[in-house]
Amino acid sequence: MSAPAESKYATYPPIAETAVVALALVIIGGVIMASYVPRRPPLLAPTALLVVSGALMLGNVVVLARLRDFAWSTFFLVARYALIAYVISAGMIEWAFVKDHTRGAPLVVVTLMLVIFATDVPLIIAFTVARYATRGAKTVPATAS
Amino acid sequence: MPVKALPIVGVILVALVIAIQINTFWSLEFFHVVGGGLWTAIDLFVGLIVGPIIGRMSIPARAEFTAKFMPKMVVIMPTVVVMTLAAGFQLALKYGNLNPGALNHGWLVASFCIVGVMAAIALGVLEPANIAVLFEMNKPEPDGEIIGKLMQRFVYTAGVTGVMQIATLFIMTRVASH
Repeated sequence: MSAPAESKYATYPPIAETAVVALALVIIGGVIMASYVPRRPPLLAPTALLVVSGALMLGNVVVLARLRDFAWSTFFLVARYALIAYVISAGMIEWAFVKDHTRGAPLVVVTLMLVIFATDVPLIIAFTVARYATRGAKTVPATAS
Repeated sequence: MPVKALPIVGVILVALVIAIQINTFWSLEFFHVVGGGLWTAIDLFVGLIVGPIIGRMSIPARAEFTAKFMPKMVVIMPTVVVMTLAAGFQLALKYGNLNPGALNHGWLVASFCIVGVMAAIALGVLEPANIAVLFEMNKPEPDGEIIGKLMQRFVYTAGVTGVMQIATLFIMTRVASH
C-alpha cells in the first residue's frame, strides 16, 4: 500500500534514523547523569556517548547539506519553530540541573547534551516534514549524483 | 488549535516553574500526578483503543480524523510530559529517593530508563510524524497514502509505549507505597 506513495516522493539517506540514534545516545547519557543527582556522576560513559552522538549529528548535517532538490524552505520554516520550542525545553532542563547544584564538568557535559537535544529533535522534525514536501525524482547527496 | 492553545501551555509552564521554585510537596505532587495520570491514560487509550480503530478506517476517513486529532495531540502531549518529568524529578530529590541508599533508588533509575525509551520514541518517531501529517493536511490536495504511512508509526510503536506505560504504573505505585 505504501509503495505508490514512496515512488511519488524522493528517497533520502537515513538522516532521520541517524538523528534518532544520536538522540538516543544523549538520552542514555542524560539518564546516567540524572541517576547520580545530587552526587557527582562519573563522566566517562556520558562523555563517550556525547562524543559519538555529536559525531553522528555533525555527519548528519554534512549529508543533509549535500542534498539537492530538497524542500529547503519547508525545512527551515519547521526547523525555526521547532528550534524555539526545544531551546525552551532544553533551557528548562538546564535550569533544573543548575537548581539541583550540578556544577563544573558535569554541568558542561549536561549542557552539551542539551545542545545536541535542542538541535537534533528540530532536525528530525524538519527533515520528516520536508522530505514529504519534496516531490519528484530520487534525491541523493550531490557527491553521489 | 495549536496556536490558540499556546497561551494556555505558556501559563502551565510558568506555573510549573513556580511550583519547582517554591518546592512544596503539594505543588510538585499536583503537577506530577495530574501530568502523569493524563500522560499514561492518553498514551494507553490512543495506542491501544484509538490507534487500531484509525488503522481500520478508510484513507479519507483516517485523513479527516487525523486532521482534527493531531493538532491537539501536538500541544497536549509535550505539555503533560514536561509537567510529569520536571515535577517528578524534583519530588524524587525532595523525598530523598535519588540517594544511593534510598529504598526506591533502583526503581527510580528503572523509571528513568523507561522514560528514556518513551522519549526516544515520542521525540524521534511520533512527533515528527504528527507535524508531517499536519503539513500534509494543509496542502491543497493532501496525500492520504502519505498520511496513512506516517500514521503507521503510531501502530508500530503502540505496543512498546503500552508496555512502558504499564511498567511505569507498576513502578510509580510501588514507589508511592514505600
